[in-house]
Amino acid sequence: MYLYDTIDQSLVDQRVEQFRGQVRRRMAGELSEDEFKPLRLMNGLYLQLHAYMLRVAIPYGTLSSHQMRKLAHIAQRYDKGYGHFTTRQNLQFNWPKLEETPDILAELADVQMHALQTSGNCIRNVTADQYAGAAADEVADPRITAEVVRQWSTLHPEFSFLPRKFKIAVTGSSRDRAAVRVHDIGLVVKRDEAGAIGYQVIVGGGLGRTPMIGATVRDFLPKRHLLSYLEAILRVYNQAGRRDNMYKARIKILVHALGAEEFIRRVEAEWEAIRDSAVDLPAGEHDRIATFFAPPRFEALPNNDGEFARYRLEDREFAQWARTNVAPHKQLGYAIANISLKPEGGIPGDATTEQMNAIAAIAERFSFGEIRVTHEQNLVLPHVRQADLYGVWQTLKSHDLATPNLGLISDIIACPGMDYCSLANARSIPLAQDISKRFADLRRQHDIGELKVKISGCINACGHHHVGHIGLLGVDRKGEEYYQITLGGSADENTNLGKIVGPAVPYDKVGSAIETITNTYIGLRADGESFLDTYRRVGNDPFKETLYAAH
Amino acid sequence: MPLIKNKQIVADTWQYVGDEAAIPADGGVIVSLARWQAERSVLVGRNAPLGIRLKSDESAEAIADDLPRFDVVALEFPTFKDGRPYSTVRLLRERHHYTGELRAVGDILRDQLQFMRRCGFDAFEFADETAAEKAISAFDEIEAVYQTAADWRRSAAMIRTDTANAFLNGTCG
Repeated sequence: MYLYDTIDQSLVDQRVEQFRGQVRRRMAGELSEDEFKPLRLMNGLYLQLHAYMLRVAIPYGTLSSHQMRKLAHIAQRYDKGYGHFTTRQNLQFNWPKLEETPDILAELADVQMHALQTSGNCIRNVTADQYAGAAADEVADPRITAEVVRQWSTLHPEFSFLPRKFKIAVTGSSRDRAAVRVHDIGLVVKRDEAGAIGYQVIVGGGLGRTPMIGATVRDFLPKRHLLSYLEAILRVYNQAGRRDNMYKARIKILVHALGAEEFIRRVEAEWEAIRDSAVDLPAGEHDRIATFFAPPRFEALPNNDGEFARYRLEDREFAQWARTNVAPHKQLGYAIANISLKPEGGIPGDATTEQMNAIAAIAERFSFGEIRVTHEQNLVLPHVRQADLYGVWQTLKSHDLATPNLGLISDIIACPGMDYCSLANARSIPLAQDISKRFADLRRQHDIGELKVKISGCINACGHHHVGHIGLLGVDRKGEEYYQITLGGSADENTNLGKIVGPAVPYDKVGSAIETITNTYIGLRADGESFLDTYRRVGNDPFKETLYAAH
Repeated sequence: MPLIKNKQIVADTWQYVGDEAAIPADGGVIVSLARWQAERSVLVGRNAPLGIRLKSDESAEAIADDLPRFDVVALEFPTFKDGRPYSTVRLLRERHHYTGELRAVGDILRDQLQFMRRCGFDAFEFADETAAEKAISAFDEIEAVYQTAADWRRSAAMIRTDTANAFLNGTCG
């Protein structure tokens, strides 16, 4: 993992003191709430429906055990004993007191963390593939790039007041787990024929009220040019992006309005003027950062550990978990273990202090002290010896962290919705809980197979409903909560936006609608076909018929 | 209006002249881009210091060829949220090598000063004296920077590379 040097540390420390001064001015009445708002937002502090909410940055979803313990401590001491992992690999505390937030930030700075740029119209916390450095299918480690981007974007003097927020995601694998095609900028780290590192640069994707899939502006940008190229893209956007209408201010609208060709022309012209300047990293700095992401000291182990195989045969419950929650590792004899934060009837992404401490301890003992946060609101132990999986599973189970449902219908993404958020039109969390209970039977879930349900409580799409295999969007109909259903979305390397299947349904009919959809799929599927496969073959019509037949 | 330069409040010797107002015979005046474009020869022939004020949607390119004629370029922030002048000011300093005064005007708040200075502004116009006084300490709140910009501060990466090189060359104690 990246470790701060004195420069990185001084920046977060001074930032805490700066914010302490701002809070003091607010408490003393020197700043009005209006004046204070942009300042607190720059530090991830929102004013929500019932209270302040602090959004802590977890850069590219990477946490150490030490940091996880600190988050557990903060949840205990300053909040109600839990935290909420978000779809942007961040962590939210829902009940901090304003006057204590500088202390929380100081505690975070103690473990090299911060809440910088988790809100506001700036370059937000950069996200990446949660399996970085571990995935069997990885071409190059995206964390190196993500850390380079994190530093470059932190307190960027030119790009802190963009037309709108700006999200960058990085993957280093052909299997896209970072949803790079639905970000303002998506970077795919790849190698050319000579083995040199470079990037496919994708611009202008996004969800929200105008979902779009990004356009590739460069097939292969050599590594050394990354920051000047990003700077060129951001400069074009900062100058030409719309500022008259916040709903048309994202870069995707600019790319669409200019056309990809003209947008690329402008970026390339700007880049010509700044390429090979001091904007790019000096030689050596990339390598310095890369050393922090060297593989941990893996043992030389045989693959297909015998004990792992034996326990799978002997313990059906373990076998079930291993089937859904364990992914192949690049190192022989190791595995990636996913921790589901979606227990039956639970709140997606929530973890208690006790659970966070337990995960920290397990990671310390079994995963080189590393934990990852996924954009699907789960956690990952990236480097577990296959032989340790059974023990890890047992411990996770004792903390209600071993739900074997990764990628299944109850592994739901949901935004905070009307339970917390001041923008929401409808509830998301209770709906997720209801669906999770309705499909609690694991055999049924496994029979249905991979199915991603994503719920947003409003059109801003924090729950990524557009790219859910089944997407649910909460809308307000004369004070009643209704949900628009979309089918066939996906956020992987074959990104698709879901299609609306028919009229929105009221809150209490959503559960049965989901059952109708899954039953329709089961009736239609060919051998080995996933929900998405079947949908792509048959389209909306059969689902529409069964869904609305009774009405 | 109170003006901060070099972290001090200084007297502003410039006068803004509206598009309809008569241009005074003496003293430095700052005019809009529209007026400059319409009355260029009159303004050039005036033989007194001249400044120009750009709105946030007016580009550096619009005045690039005329920069030697201006002692001040004022860039307007209609609201602190409008970040376009940050790009404009960098282009004026870094691409067009303008060395005169670059003044931030409009909705200027204490907590944006660091960003403004990094991008090349060297004068900051405040609505009132108290706000200006309280703003001066904002320049030095955070020392480290990760980017190169128009203030020629050395980025974290540059400092690290220097240190590493000094170590390799044996010049590091």
